[in-house]
Formats: sequence, structure tokens, C-alpha cells
Amino acid sequence: MTTKWFGERVQRVEDDRLLRGHGRFTDDIDDGALESCLVRSPYAHARITSIDVAAARALPGVVAVYVAADLPFGNIDLPILIPHPNLTHGRTQRCLASEVVRYAGEAVAFVVAESRNIAEDAADVVRVDYEPLPVVITPEAGAAAKHLVHDDVPGNVAAQMLQEVGDVDRAMAAAPHRKKLHFRFERGAACPMEGRAVWARWSESERKLTVYDSTQSPTSIRGGLSVLFGLPESNVEVIAPDVGGGFGPKIMLFYPDELLVPFAAMQLGRPVKWTEDRQEHFTAVNQERGQVHEVEVGFDEMGRLLALSDDFIHDAGAYTPYGIILPIITAAQVPGPYRVPNYRVQFRAVYTNATPTSPYRGAGRPHACFAMERTLDSIAKEVGIDRAEIRRRNFIQPDQFPYHLGVAWQDGNSVVYDSGNYPALLEKALAMLGPRPAGDHIGMGLGVYVEGTGVGPYEGAHVQVLVSGKVVAATGIPSQGQAHATVFAQVVADELGVEVADVEVTGGDTRRFPWGVGTFASRGAVTAGNAMAVSARMVADKAKLIAGEQLEVDPADLELVGGRVRVKGSPDRGISLAAIAVLANPVRYAFGGGTEAATQFASKRRPGPPLADGEQPGLEAIGYYSPPGSTWASGCHAAYVRVDPMTFRLEVLKYVVVHDCGRLINPFVVEGQIEGGVAQGIGGAFYERLAYDAEGQLRNASFMEYLIPYSTEVPEIEIGHIETPSPLNPLGVKGAGEAGVIPVGAVIGSAIEDALGVPITEMPLSPLKLFELSRPQPGRV
Amino acid sequence: MKVNGSLHAPPLDPRRLLSDHLRHDLGLTGTHVGCEHGVCGCCTVLLDGEPVRSCLMLAVQAEGHEVSTVEGLAAAGAPLHPVQQAFHECQGLQCGFCTPGFLMSVVGLLAQHPDPTPEQVEEAIAGNLCRCTGYASIRRAVHRAAELSGK
Amino acid sequence: MKPPRFEYHAPSTVEEACELLGSLEDAKVLAGGQSLIPLLNFRLAQPAHLVDINRLPGLDAIYERDGGVAVQALARQAAVEDSEVAAHVCPLLTAAVRLVAHRVIRNRGTVCGSIAHADPASELPAVLLALGGHVIGRSARGDRIIDAGDLFKGVFETALAADELLVEAWFPASSGAFAIVEESRRHGDFALAGAVRASGRLALFGVAPTPVLADPANPGRGLQPSGDLEATPEFRLHLVRVLTERVFAA
Ligand SMILES: Cc1cc2nc3c(=O)[nH]c(=O)nc-3n(C[C@H](O)[C@H](O)[C@H](O)COP(=O)(O)OP(=O)(O)OC[C@H]3O[C@@H](n4cnc5c(N)ncnc54)[C@H](O)[C@@H]3O)c2cc1C
Ligand code: FES
Ligand code: FES
Repeated sequence: MTTKWFGERVQRVEDDRLLRGHGRFTDDIDDGALESCLVRSPYAHARITSIDVAAARALPGVVAVYVAADLPFGNIDLPILIPHPNLTHGRTQRCLASEVVRYAGEAVAFVVAESRNIAEDAADVVRVDYEPLPVVITPEAGAAAKHLVHDDVPGNVAAQMLQEVGDVDRAMAAAPHRKKLHFRFERGAACPMEGRAVWARWSESERKLTVYDSTQSPTSIRGGLSVLFGLPESNVEVIAPDVGGGFGPKIMLFYPDELLVPFAAMQLGRPVKWTEDRQEHFTAVNQERGQVHEVEVGFDEMGRLLALSDDFIHDAGAYTPYGIILPIITAAQVPGPYRVPNYRVQFRAVYTNATPTSPYRGAGRPHACFAMERTLDSIAKEVGIDRAEIRRRNFIQPDQFPYHLGVAWQDGNSVVYDSGNYPALLEKALAMLGPRPAGDHIGMGLGVYVEGTGVGPYEGAHVQVLVSGKVVAATGIPSQGQAHATVFAQVVADELGVEVADVEVTGGDTRRFPWGVGTFASRGAVTAGNAMAVSARMVADKAKLIAGEQLEVDPADLELVGGRVRVKGSPDRGISLAAIAVLANPVRYAFGGGTEAATQFASKRRPGPPLADGEQPGLEAIGYYSPPGSTWASGCHAAYVRVDPMTFRLEVLKYVVVHDCGRLINPFVVEGQIEGGVAQGIGGAFYERLAYDAEGQLRNASFMEYLIPYSTEVPEIEIGHIETPSPLNPLGVKGAGEAGVIPVGAVIGSAIEDALGVPITEMPLSPLKLFELSRPQPGRV
Repeated sequence: MKVNGSLHAPPLDPRRLLSDHLRHDLGLTGTHVGCEHGVCGCCTVLLDGEPVRSCLMLAVQAEGHEVSTVEGLAAAGAPLHPVQQAFHECQGLQCGFCTPGFLMSVVGLLAQHPDPTPEQVEEAIAGNLCRCTGYASIRRAVHRAAELSGK
Repeated sequence: MKPPRFEYHAPSTVEEACELLGSLEDAKVLAGGQSLIPLLNFRLAQPAHLVDINRLPGLDAIYERDGGVAVQALARQAAVEDSEVAAHVCPLLTAAVRLVAHRVIRNRGTVCGSIAHADPASELPAVLLALGGHVIGRSARGDRIIDAGDLFKGVFETALAADELLVEAWFPASSGAFAIVEESRRHGDFALAGAVRASGRLALFGVAPTPVLADPANPGRGLQPSGDLEATPEFRLHLVRVLTERVFAA
């Protein structure tokens, strides 16, 4: 392989369409579809005493109104996606609630009408009588269990888990210094600019269901729909077309609409579509981040960590469809890039009457990073060394890989860091950050993190050279904007010796590639990227084989360059990939495109049958890549901020990122991922807080009040790279999608503490919080 | 109303939003809808040359006016409009959902200020949300767009 | 999030508009729509009738009158922002308009609509109050002048009658020192608190149900601001003191 494209700042191939307004997002698909709307519970916890849909059904333009009793799957609990032995009390919701609702926004009825306006009119006249039940809303209240979210779940505890490496009690007792810290995180929302949407069509004559879904995992949706509707998977097509951002919560099985829309399309014999509006996005789409940590740390005079224990409550929300992946990730990621000789972590995942949780970019890691980094800052202050030095003294060193952490990881294995160079990250970031700017109320923040990326189980790819010489490639995972089509084309182009422009990549369309898992956990490049490489290499080998026969050369002496297979050392001797694609498929009937060369009276490749035993026609291959374990990316962020001591307005003066995601396929694309991640991190640190009141009502369910940063709130970000290749996969890559967001809270928190001199132990912050922290009042907790 | 130069009848239902009319009645799905309360800017189009929120207008209100959408920036097969080209070069987009709104806002800006200052750039895009890019690349793209348009 | 049903009227003269407002039950004026249409989309407002004034001719002037600047009902905030007359006669208005939302919103939103809407956190009502301006309300019954001091009655409430169209707002010249400062979470957001100075006079916004005049020496006196997600009453009172200092230092 010549690496002509790998590592280059190749410009994105997906832009042209999107820039011209010719993207194809789910709501763009129409085809005479009926429109629909969900009736959602206004209560966070209530018993439903009656539902009356008669008035809604009678409204002109209304086609159907469904409640649970109308659904053949109405009394099935939706699946727990990732069961776990510690999830002793997993609970999921039903498609439509008929007895008890457990969060405001839970779906109760589904209206299908000629237009969304009419569907909303009808939803307004669906009469549901509720008997309100008491509500628990914060993680602490969930754990205190004054009220139960599920009658049959004692203490509201869905799961608990305790892990210990070494002997924490003994090491803590022996430690010269000890410290206890308390950290708190509130909920936030991913808020992709495109809300969720589903469009479905049923063809009775073909018995085929076609679903467009703005999901991060069309292959799983297809599996689920085929089970539910009793159809062979080959009769169910699920396509994630252009997806307008996902960031985690667009991966679920199932949101109610993902079943209701296909069901209604089958029932009504017309395409049906549902497009979420922003208001319901805030209450009905999974959220994340609510946790409360109690940390105890033991250390020596030098600030070296001796023992660390973290006991945390994880706010699961009303149901646990995603299992306990989030707290498992948090538990595994607290130690980060540091040696923690004795580590104990335990958590309780507790139910609350709030929207269920599932990963949002960062997924349990921002909390872990914040807890560890703030703990280190606090130790540094106590032993009187600077923030960089405390980290230097505790880093895992470059010669200690593979590094076994000894705690469980989200893929069922235990955590092993594959490679990294943490001291180098820090020194480079400090150099980029430069001296502290002059002025008052300026603070410096620092955060170093690791990120387990590229989890399995696997992804696959199909790569084919067409008789035109152009290449098509497909994988199961969709893209939500991460430029998969560009970076995968780079990987394939290198393997096949063609131009990036000659490779067209499709993702997220089960018609093109039916197997795979999805886009999440910073895994696209690792899993699908390597699958692309595997498949393209198989195609290259096949091309060499055929060319070898034609040229009468040992395939080992051939190389793929410039769209041809040629003899190493004598570049004039070769044959085009297009010609090989023709020869790869022995035909009886020439159909143009040069295929006469592969007919039976044309020159023969070799004696024997046209296809040798086990040989398949076509210059194509399907390959898979299944990672042996996660790849561990890492990075260091550092910043200077200024806080107005009177209004508590935040200004980020300088923000630098040094990032290591192994070998970079396309630095341009990775930098885009980082910049976007940091912006989300800044939102999560200072602007974005889902504010539930005591009744469980979300009080800021709009973009007017849930404050996503605009350009005016996001600074320039300077990015540096280091590359420690992953030894685990052929490309040497690690994931990069989530990295930008992980340490931002820790960095901003640490910088604000430095600027104002008040202890920062919670996320997100706001001018109001800083005002209150700056003037402690008696009696305030 | 005129949309990208061609005449269309307004919808019969007065409560049809301009954004929905463009997308679902005229099939101009390049104009996106991200919030329907005026904050995200995904739905920004030009009304008589000035950027406005199409989710905050009734389609009937556009009668007698000229609406320009992203689809009108570059003809099919023609090279990208300089603003589009600049967004491409600077990676001013990722998922592309917010992009049409940014493009129309920037086209509006450059019509008024062909050589904008950084402050004018900031002000022009300050009302558009993007959840993917983190904006730095968009700011670069706007300056690049001014450069390309000036040529 | 789609508007509920309503009947739509697009009168072509002011008289016709006033007649409609006088005769229809539960009618609302639709000006720039930058506040009203979000309310419709959320279905928080469900008026039976909308009277769209955007087709009324000759109602978008910004002109000098009686030593101040008059802004008619259809003058967009962006037009006022760019207006040389406004910048010349009442630069405080120009400065204040720039703090209202974003340019794209200002391209549609009207100054008069902002005043009629009377959001307590709005800049322009406070500017009108600080300067001691007035508005002209027109109905089938005739015109009347309402002084800023009598106009704002409560949260989203004014002295305008249901059949009255606000046809013009008049801002006296901002002679002497002036300044407007506000604290908002993001650029372009409604203010948590704000202060307008017009020479010796101080008006505050975002800290009471209406904009209020305050004593520069003791701006918080008598104020009982409400609390919300982004500011407690104490924080608002604190901001009032800080912002007052800043408008008088400016
Ligand atoms: C994202 C966003 C951010 C915003 N930020 C701010 C901000 O920071 N500061 C701020 O002040 N505003 C802000 N606004 C509101 C904006 O300024 C509105 O334009 C303004 O409040 C209303 O003016 P309008 O012309 O759009 O009125 P409309 O929305 O059409 O009407 C508003 C109300 O006033 C009534 N009305 C309007 N005109 C008249 C009239 N001539 N006579 C009688 N009644 C009338 C209507 O019946 C309605 O009840 C923001 C809006 C958005 C969407
Ligand atoms: S959809 Fe119009 S501003 Fe968001
Ligand atoms: S590119 Fe995805 S929201 Fe801007």
C-alpha cells in the first residue's frame, strides 16, 4: 500500500450536495406521507385513569388515533439494549403508556392525519385523565427513595456495582494525607440541530417495509422491526439518510415513534411520517450527565496518588433502556491517565421521574475527568505545587503500555490502555498555551484525559470496483456529519491505488450493507475504517491475482497505482482496474462497458472452469473488522479565562488542545471534530443545564432558554496533534469523535476557580452560580 | 410570490409557515427547520434580499415578495456560489443541517458589507446555531467568502 | 409546534385595520411576527383572528418630529438601526436596537411591536421610558397619545386597548450623556437585567413586571425583581447596582 491519501488534509466529498441544499434528511422525504404527532404526558409521574380519543378521531383530516390497546405490541416492554448482570432491576417503557407515566414527555397516544397542523389540533383534544403521583427528580432524591418511580424497584436502585483494585482501605489509612471531595453534575441535552424523524412505507404486494430513520444505528432498527413484525430481515429496509447531527441519543431501540410510524404505515397502506419538534425533543429524547460523586483520595507529600475511592449516584431517569453503560464508563474512566495504585469505585444507578438517559457525546467521561482533574488540582494546592507538576508526578509513563487498569469496560472486557504518551501531551499543551495574560481575574485551567474508543463488536464493509473503474464502498454505520464518506474513501483509495474522487461511499443503508452496529463511542474510524481497509485489501489481492494471470506475473510482484495493477519496477506493464473488473465476472452475454472481454470466446484466463472452486464473481469483497479491545485516545486541554467579578460573565481568552487519536487519517476532519466537541463542552460547562422543577417539569424546553452557545460564546481553538499509533488495528487509528468535549468542564471549572478563588465542584456553572458561590450566605447548602 | 425567480401561488391555509410551504409544498427542502421559534436560524431565507426566519412568517405573508433559498445560490451543474465554495474550503459544515441558514445569512451580510470586519462577521452569524463545527471554521469561511466574492 | 387555527386578515388601509380590530372578537395584530409567531407555534397564543398590518401602505417612516424621532408601526428594527435620522437625533435608540436579538430577527421585528409586546426584559420599552417618549394609539374612535410613563401596565400588558393600533412611537432626542448596558446569558438574548441612562434619568429593565424609572443614587430601592432559572431576585438587585454604576461611568 502506498499511503497517498492517509494522513492528508483531504477536503470533504460530502459537501457539494449539502451546500446546494440537496441533502436528504428524513423530513425531506415526503412521497405523499401522512403526518403524525404524539400525545405526551404533561406529568412526571401519574396514573392514567382514562384516555378519550373520540373527539380527536372525529376531527376532519384525522386518519387514525392509536392508544396502547390498539397496538399488537402494546403490552410488550421495549427491549433493554445492553443487559448486564448488575442491572438487577432494569425497566423499560412501553410504546404507549396506558397505566402509569413516569416522566413528562412519555408518549400516551399517536395521531395520524393529513398534516402535522391537523395532527396537533387532534392531539390537543385527546383527553387523558391523570392522577398525579409523587415525584423524585434529582439523583439524591432518587437515592433517598422517599417515593418510588417503579413500585417494584426497592430504593429506586436499578443497579449497583462495586469494583476495587488493590486495597483502598489499607492504603487510605496509611496515606500521609487524605481529602474528601464532593462533585455534582446536572443534566444536559445533546440537541442535534436536526430533531429525530421517521418515515415509513409498506408495500403489501412485495411485503416490504421501507423505513427512513434519523438514527445512528439503522442495522439494529432493522433487526428489531423484523422481530416485531415477524418479517424476514430481507423484507425490511432501514435507511439513515443524511442525519443532522446525533451525538448519542439518536441511538435507541426503540423510541415509540420508531415502531408507531412503520406500524401505522402497514395499517393504513400509505406512507407515514413523524418529525419531532424542538419542544418535544427536550422531553422525549434521552438525556445525560446527572451524577453525584463522593471522592476520597490519599496521597503523599509529593502529591503522588496512593488511594482513590469514588462512590457515585447515577441518575438513570425513568427507565433503563440503555442498561448501565454510562456509569460503567464513568467508573472505568475516573483514573484517566494517572497511576492509581489502589482504586475503588462503586455506583448506584437510580430511577428518577425524568427523561431516560443514554450516552451523549462524552458519555459518562466528562464526569470522570472532572472528578479526577479537580481532585488533582485540589491536591496540588494542598501540597503547594503547580497544576502541571502534580500531573507530571502521577502520569502513567510511555513505557508502561499496555497498561492494565483492572476495572470493567463497556465491551465486557477489562480496561487495558493500548498506547499513549501523556507527558508529551501536557508539555506540548503548556508550550502552546504560553504565558498567562496580564490582568485581573484571569484563571488557568488544565485537563488531561483518556478515552476508550472504538468498541466492538464489529463493523463490515463492501468494496467493489465497477467496470468503469470507479469504486463503490458501503458500510452499515451512518454518518451524522463526521465525514465518513471522505475518510473511508481515503482508506479505500490508498489500498486500491485510485483517487479519492473515484470512491463513492455509502453508509447507513441496509440495502447496501445490512450488517453492523452503529455510529457511537468514537468507533467509526476504528471499526468501519479498518473494515474498509480489510475489504479493499481483499479486492486488491483479487485484482493482483487476475492481473497476474493476464500478465503472467507473480501477484507478489504487482502493485496498484493510478487505477492500474502494474508490475513493480516496470510501470508500463499493467492492466487497468476497470479491465480487471470486467475479467472478474465471466459472462455469457456481453452487456457493454467492455464486458466482451470476459465472454467465453475471448482470451481465457486459465484452464478449468471460469470460476475456480470457491472463487466469487466480481471485483468486490466483503470484509469485517472486529476489535480485540478498545483503543485509548488521549489529550490535554488548557485555557486562560477571564471572569467579570461583578457580572460573572465568562470570557475564554485562549483555548488549546493537544490530541492523540493514533494515526490521523485526515487531520482536517479530526480538527473539525475537536472544535465542535469543545464548543459542546463549553456549552455543558457554562450555559447548558436542563432545569427540572420539583414537579418534574422541564422549565427550559426551548432554544430560548436552554442555552446552546452561539458563535459569540465559542473562542478560537488551537489544536496540536501527537500520534501514538494503536497496536490493536491495522490502520493504527483510535477514535476521535467525542474527545473534544470530555475535559472541557474540568478545564473551565479549574480556570474559574483560579480566576475567582472560589471552589468549583459542580457542572454546569452560570453567572448565577458564581454569584452565589462568591457570596456565601449563612444557611445556604 | 416569487421563489428563486419563479412564480408560485401561496398556500390556501393561512397557518402554513413559510418554512413548511417551501419545504413541503414547493419541495425546496434545502431550507431546514431546527426549532420553529426563531432561535436556531436553520430556516433563514432571503426576503427581498434580506435574511429572515422563514419559521416566523406565514407563507401568505410572502405574497408579492421575492424569496430566495439555498437552492437558488448556484444553478444545477454550475460551480458553487462563492459563499458555498468558502464553506467547503474551510470545512464550515459537518452534518450540513444548519448550513443553508448560515449560507443565506452570509449572502445577506456580503450584499450589505462586501468587505466585512470581524465584528460584522460575528454579528451576521451570531443568530445561527451550529452544533457540529464549533463555529471557528464558519468564521474562517465567511472571511474566505468575502475574499472569493471580491475576486 | 404548528400554529393553531385562526382567521387571517390582511387589511390594506389603516382605517380598515382599525375597523377590523374594533369589530372582531379576540383579534391580534401581526407586525414583525418575531414574538407573536413563536407564541403561535408553541400554541401559547391562540387568537381567533390575526390582523396582519404588513400590507398597510406608508406606515414605515422614521422621521424627525418635535425634536425627537418618530418610528412608525412598520419600521423594522433593522431600518431603525441603520437610520441616519435615528443615529443623529437619538443615538441612544440606535445603540439600544443593536442589543435587540440578532440582525436577522431585526430585519422583521418592529420597534412598535416590541413596545406593544411589552416584554419586561425588552430594551426598547425601557428606552422609551428613560427618554420620556410616547406612542400614538389609533382606533376607529380616533388617535390618542399615551406617555411612556402611562403605557406599561404589567408583564406583556400595555394601556393600548384591544381595538387600538400602535401607529407610532416617539423618542425624544437623547441630548446629554446616554448609555444602555445589559447582562444577558448569550449575545442577543433577552437581558437578565439592564439599565438605560438618558442624561440624569435611569430606567431599568428585566427587574420588574414593566420597565421602571429608578433613582441613580439608589437604583434598587423598592424593586422586587422576580427570580427565574438564570437569576434570583438577589442576583438581579446586584446586577442593577453594577449596571447602574456602569451606565453612569460610560
Ligand atoms: C431569537 C429571538 C431573540 C429575541 N431577542 C430579543 C431581545 O433581546 N430583546 C427584545 O426586546 N426582543 C427580542 N426579541 C423579540 C423581537 O424584538 C420582536 O420583534 C419584538 O418583541 C416584537 O416585534 P414584532 O414586530 O415582531 O411584533 P409581533 O411579534 O408581530 O407582535 C408582538 C405583539 O405585539 C402586538 N403588536 C405588534 N405590533 C403592534 C401594533 N403596531 N399595535 C398594536 N399591537 C401590536 C402583537 O399583537 C403581539 O401581541 C427576540 C425575538 C427572537 C425570535
Ligand atoms: S427553525 Fe426557524 S429559527 Fe429555528
Ligand atoms: S454542521 Fe451540523 S449543525 Fe452545523
